[in-house]
Amino acid sequence: MSLATFKGGIHPPDRKELSAGSKITPAAPPDRVVIPLSQHTGAPAKAAVSIGDEVKKGQVIGAQEGFVSAAVHSSVSGKVVGIGDFPLAIGRMTTCVVIENNRQETWAELKEDPDYMSLSPEAIKEKVKAAGIVGMGGAAFPTSVKLSPPKEKPINTVILNGAECEPYLTSDYRMMLERPDEIIEGLKLLMKSLGVSRGFIGIENNKPDAVAKMKEAAKGASGIEVFALEVKYPQGAEKMLIKALTGREVPPRGLPMDVGVLVQNVGTALAVYEACRYGRPLIERVVSVTGEGIKEPKNLMVKIGTLVSHLIDECGGFKNGSSKVVSGGPMMGFAIYSLDVPVTKGTSGILVMSESEVVHAEDYEPCIRCGRCIDICPMGLMPSMLSVLSEVGHYEECKEYNLWDCFECGSCAYVCPSKRPIVQFIRLAKSMTKP
Amino acid sequence: MEAVKKEHELIVSVSPHVRSEESVSRIMWTVNISLLPALIAGIYFFGPKAAYVTAISIISAVMSEWGVQKMTGRRSAIGDGSAVLTGLLLGMNLPATAPFYIPIIGSLVAIAVTKQLFGGLGFNVFNPALIGRAFVLITWPRAMTTWMEPTAAFVGLDAKTTATPLGLLKEEGLHKLLEVFGSKASLYTELFLGHRAGSLGETSAIALLIGAAFLLYKRYITWHIPLTFLGTVAVVAWVFGGKTPETGKFLLFAGDPILHLLSGGLILGAFFMATDYVTVPSVRAGQILFGVGCGLITMLIRLKGGYPEGVMFAILLMNCFTPIIDRNLKTKLFGKKKEKGK
Ligand code: SF4
Ligand code: SF4
Repeated sequence: MSLATFKGGIHPPDRKELSAGSKITPAAPPDRVVIPLSQHTGAPAKAAVSIGDEVKKGQVIGAQEGFVSAAVHSSVSGKVVGIGDFPLAIGRMTTCVVIENNRQETWAELKEDPDYMSLSPEAIKEKVKAAGIVGMGGAAFPTSVKLSPPKEKPINTVILNGAECEPYLTSDYRMMLERPDEIIEGLKLLMKSLGVSRGFIGIENNKPDAVAKMKEAAKGASGIEVFALEVKYPQGAEKMLIKALTGREVPPRGLPMDVGVLVQNVGTALAVYEACRYGRPLIERVVSVTGEGIKEPKNLMVKIGTLVSHLIDECGGFKNGSSKVVSGGPMMGFAIYSLDVPVTKGTSGILVMSESEVVHAEDYEPCIRCGRCIDICPMGLMPSMLSVLSEVGHYEECKEYNLWDCFECGSCAYVCPSKRPIVQFIRLAKSMTKP
Repeated sequence: MEAVKKEHELIVSVSPHVRSEESVSRIMWTVNISLLPALIAGIYFFGPKAAYVTAISIISAVMSEWGVQKMTGRRSAIGDGSAVLTGLLLGMNLPATAPFYIPIIGSLVAIAVTKQLFGGLGFNVFNPALIGRAFVLITWPRAMTTWMEPTAAFVGLDAKTTATPLGLLKEEGLHKLLEVFGSKASLYTELFLGHRAGSLGETSAIALLIGAAFLLYKRYITWHIPLTFLGTVAVVAWVFGGKTPETGKFLLFAGDPILHLLSGGLILGAFFMATDYVTVPSVRAGQILFGVGCGLITMLIRLKGGYPEGVMFAILLMNCFTPIIDRNLKTKLFGKKKEKGK
């Protein structure tokens, strides 16, 4: 009964049953895709095509610009009909390449490699870079950068994140059920590229079948171990996951590599495998479209650049007076104000919330100092103080309460009986101060 | 597809997009309910008067809250159960014989001054019910320290006045207590059941503990303050509370911790008032300090002070220290190697 975990955390209803049974199926190809040149952390890619160009599926349309950046590829074959600014799910505008789909699905030339396991570490890194792979759990940090740690921070453990601790989402779960062997191959490639002999896979214990499948697939793979984790949000946050699996604590403001660990999402491992084995760039991903407000919740294989509205249609449309659409999970996802935003490499889910599920955040009360948020903050912060100080405008003082160590997991706001929008207060304070 | 889009106004707000079921009013009403066993015990032992005093107290508290909120234009929050709780706690801290104006004035002071003047729920420094009680105790010391014998009301005769066990202990010593209650065993039993003089809601340890267990089980309170409070009282009572029977001289390690634990307003205070979120530290380490402080002050007053009972003043005094404790005992940041406190 002692499953690995961390201190603090919350137990929101996981609601995974809505979409857990839905096999990954390809979404109908859209007529056009809107592909952002910046869907990752770091510098945007530089447009490598012009309006009027014919492009093939998998062709580079945005070239990596600088070290922390990622290449962007076309997810369809067709014609570039526009390059301009479009809104993303996170609210920011960014340059996108609009491509009309000719439905030929003509691939650019890909370099297959059946003997991928004998690729050198450098070659693996190159392939990952060329494929434009970024963290697919949401943060979208370029994977090739993570694979090139500075010399003084040697990595000795690779962790695959299969926790999927956000309620509702089931895309990682379905991948682990349906493609466990390829995920393991991806993990091996990641380990090889870093010269690491230890690989862990952490999965929350509300997915016992995924644990079993991954264990089965990992059999015989040397150095790879699969662990069931306690079901507790935010179990899948990097620092919490590392703590649970290795007992190591990443220092404040530090990175996993400070404790010799690299964390990648299971979906990313799959993408790494596909890049090395088939030379395939990252042009599609699994997206859970779920929630009480959508007719048929599904796990869809979606071309990057597909608009959310297309996915809503694909899932039978809205129901139950759906009134909020979230890109990502309910704890950390972004509520979108238009359905005309594209799916990006980091979009793990589209959550459609019904009228009754929506919390009306304007009705909040003063902090009654109940201490619940303090007890559960996985970072050991005092969210109550942060919210109170920010509310009265004492932003600088928030720093004495480690404002910048908050990673906005939302656990505090979840438990608050006064329904205080704590994360909103924290973001406000962050926007008014410098770390 | 176009139609779908137009029909829908999407709500945009900051994450998280799901919230727990917990709410302030749910917490307050649950605490109110958890006090019912003790209130019922009070009515059983002290008769309808106990119900009467409590009812006046609750009604005045709610009316004060309503009145102040009307006057200040603050959003009315009498439905959240916190004013009811203050009234209930104040009532339970009064003698059943208290004349009607005592609960009225007490509630007014508790709500209008202690709570609303500081900005309402969440901003008050002191426990409102306790300030209300302290005020009426100082203003009407006689009425507030005249105790009736339990169950007298049901016998139908004039209620005889008597002293509380702590009062007897202070004025006359342990031998007198034993004389009144017969034996040590029956003293403990009567205290445990609540068959003794005292404030109407404080006497029945068993009834209070049932309510407290419920709150602990629901995690509306945690052990940190009550346990350290009670533990400190027990240790100090044992170490410093004893006297040589013959000479009446001070004797170390001869005190009676059980007697101290079961008397006065300790159990009511430790579980229901020293746990008031607003006025106690919110970090666990600070709560432990708070509990120990309450225990020490309580025993200082009981053993050395002019009053037989010190729980109320102990909690109020520690309320003063809450902001300092909270500022200095912060939580440990994840990943940080060493930090003072915990
Ligand atoms: S303060 Fe930040 S890290 Fe802590 S629970 Fe709240 S959102 Fe999460
Ligand atoms: S959970 Fe809400 S009410 Fe409780 S201490 Fe934290 S901010 Fe205050």
